[in-house]
Amino acid sequence: MTKHKEIGLSDQAVVDMYRIALTARRLDERMWLLNRAGKIPFLVSCQGQEVQQVAAAFALERGKDYTAPYYRDVGVVLALGMSVQDLMLQAYAKAEDPNSGGRQMPGHFGSKKLKMLSGSSPVTTQVPHAVGIGLACKMRGEDAISFVTLGEGSTNQGDFHEGANFAAVHKLPVIIMVENNQYAISISLKQQVACEKISDRAVGYGMVGETVDGNDPFAVYQAIKTASQRARNGEGPSLVEAISYRLTPHSSDDDDLTYRTAEEVREAKAKDGLLSFKKYLKENNLLSDKKEEELEAAIKKEIDLANEYAEAAPSPDPDTLYQGVYQ
Amino acid sequence: MAQMTMIQAITDALRVELKNDENVLVFGEDVGQNGGVFRATEGLQAEFGEDRVFDTPLAESGIGGLAIGLATQGFRPVPEIQFFGFVYEVMDSISGQMARMRYRSGNTMNAPITIRSPFGGGVHTPEMHADSLEGLMAQQPGLKVVIPSNPYDAKGLLISSIRDNDPVIFLEHMKLYRSFRDEVPEEAYEVELGKAKVTREGTDVTLIAYGAMVQASVKAAEELEKNGVSAEVIDLRTVAPLDIDTIVESVKKTGRVVVVQEAQRVAGIAAQIVAEIQERAILHLEAPVLRVTAPDTVYAFTQAEEVWLPNHNDIVEKVNDVINY
Ligand SMILES: Cc1ncc(C[n+]2csc(CCOP(=O)(O)OP(=O)(O)O)c2C)c(N)n1
Ligand SMILES: [Mg+2]
Repeated sequence: MTKHKEIGLSDQAVVDMYRIALTARRLDERMWLLNRAGKIPFLVSCQGQEVQQVAAAFALERGKDYTAPYYRDVGVVLALGMSVQDLMLQAYAKAEDPNSGGRQMPGHFGSKKLKMLSGSSPVTTQVPHAVGIGLACKMRGEDAISFVTLGEGSTNQGDFHEGANFAAVHKLPVIIMVENNQYAISISLKQQVACEKISDRAVGYGMVGETVDGNDPFAVYQAIKTASQRARNGEGPSLVEAISYRLTPHSSDDDDLTYRTAEEVREAKAKDGLLSFKKYLKENNLLSDKKEEELEAAIKKEIDLANEYAEAAPSPDPDTLYQGVYQ
Repeated sequence: MAQMTMIQAITDALRVELKNDENVLVFGEDVGQNGGVFRATEGLQAEFGEDRVFDTPLAESGIGGLAIGLATQGFRPVPEIQFFGFVYEVMDSISGQMARMRYRSGNTMNAPITIRSPFGGGVHTPEMHADSLEGLMAQQPGLKVVIPSNPYDAKGLLISSIRDNDPVIFLEHMKLYRSFRDEVPEEAYEVELGKAKVTREGTDVTLIAYGAMVQASVKAAEELEKNGVSAEVIDLRTVAPLDIDTIVESVKKTGRVVVVQEAQRVAGIAAQIVAEIQERAILHLEAPVLRVTAPDTVYAFTQAEEVWLPNHNDIVEKVNDVINY
């Protein structure tokens, strides 16, 4: 039996996962071009983390569970139902942007409809928020869980400790997924933490911790699925660490070669989860060369149309400045 | 003398003080090898080593607390908060702890800490990257709050801040970082804290400003000159404690005042200045003291930034109001 069937994923589901992860990558690549052409002001990239993001989202009950994604989670939000056009609208900060009507920093996703909490710029603030949402689910006796992500550097904030501790004490239906991409801007993992794995921290809170290869969609899917079962069974929160590598500079304003080598990045690119995922699909006859070509063309078209639409869409009206300060 | 941008002057001040005093330490997120996200600490780790200039984990409360412990042991920490909007993460360390160390230890301990941080609008960084939060800081007795408007002052004020024996919040307006150059002496020099500067002399109206609003005020004064209005411009340089004497002296001369701040209107530095003026010089006033501020909303989205931020036209308009009162 194939690996994906073993863990309960249909052929269609894995193909969909790949399509969404690839869409996230191509969209991100386009946004770099738009940024360099001066069309969008700022970009914080998902490249290298798409596979784990999409796999994790697929392990949730989409439409039912709550999420508090962080700024790299293009894969998560696409998988949960945000469209390429929605993402383009937020990149251009246009009035129609469903995340915030152009009021947010780029990459600060949020959607009431998709049960996705609007994120703020100070990192890790979303962790205690997600724990609060977990408590609300428990109090209402809802079957839903609360899924939150953050970078590994962000686990050093006090909010991480305070949120994780409360969630564990009250056995809340919460999954904290740490997307360990080895860097917090310029600061490498070993300058940030002395423990071997971020998931080691779970022990201190009395919750389950697990580290998985973020480039392996099935490992991530399984870890989040298991964690979600625990959460739904009233067994409390989990800390899942997905290890990957940030393939781009931190943001469109960063020069990563001041603190890491081009060779290191090249090596990481060879292990890109998107490449191994494609290889897996091909080996299992789920993706032919022809289908791949069609897929790439369809994604390109979707991005082209979204870009055209978003670029032409109206900007938010400065007269709306006072809207949303108070009721 | 060398021509320097404000950010170069800041780096230079740090270099000078790292060299002058082995107790000076520079630390924060990405300040080491990377040289800071704005390059304010560029080259300092290479020059002074990893013990004096170092990266911290991503944890502002920890940075502030660490600074306090070090400061009580004779060090002079100069931590960086990457963007001042993130100061909320370290508010307790600042307002609850370092500002009160001297008082609550019966004057036996102190916290000679200088927190540097970029802030300010006009560079398209919404959502907490651009907020002007100096009013919040100024409300805490025990803190000094310094905001330079040009490269020369930035270097001298930063050196004075580092040498000061109490905590200083040193706020660097992002728009000023690279917008122009000044003659800046290469050696160490101080610009006294708590002392405003009369940037431009005038007789009809006093414009009081700080940070990026000094330039806007000077520009307004130049416009007004064309219409025969002589405006004096005061650059506060330190917003806490305020240099009341310089302000009152000018008010007595001109009898008309417009206070300019980039921050929102409510409960800010400008409101404090208006209160001080009416308490000390009301009989010298020919018109109510008016303010030019940003509106009371969350920092504006990009398309509204230009409308939201006060500019020289807004200042000219208010000056005309006080002149024609
Ligand atoms: C409280 C706070 N401090 C600093 C920053 C500036 N900042 C933005 S992202 C980042 C690094 C985050 O690293 P990590 O958590 O590993 O996430 P990654 O960006 O690598 O995905 C920093 C320092 C911030 N957004 N919030
Ligand atoms: Mg990281």
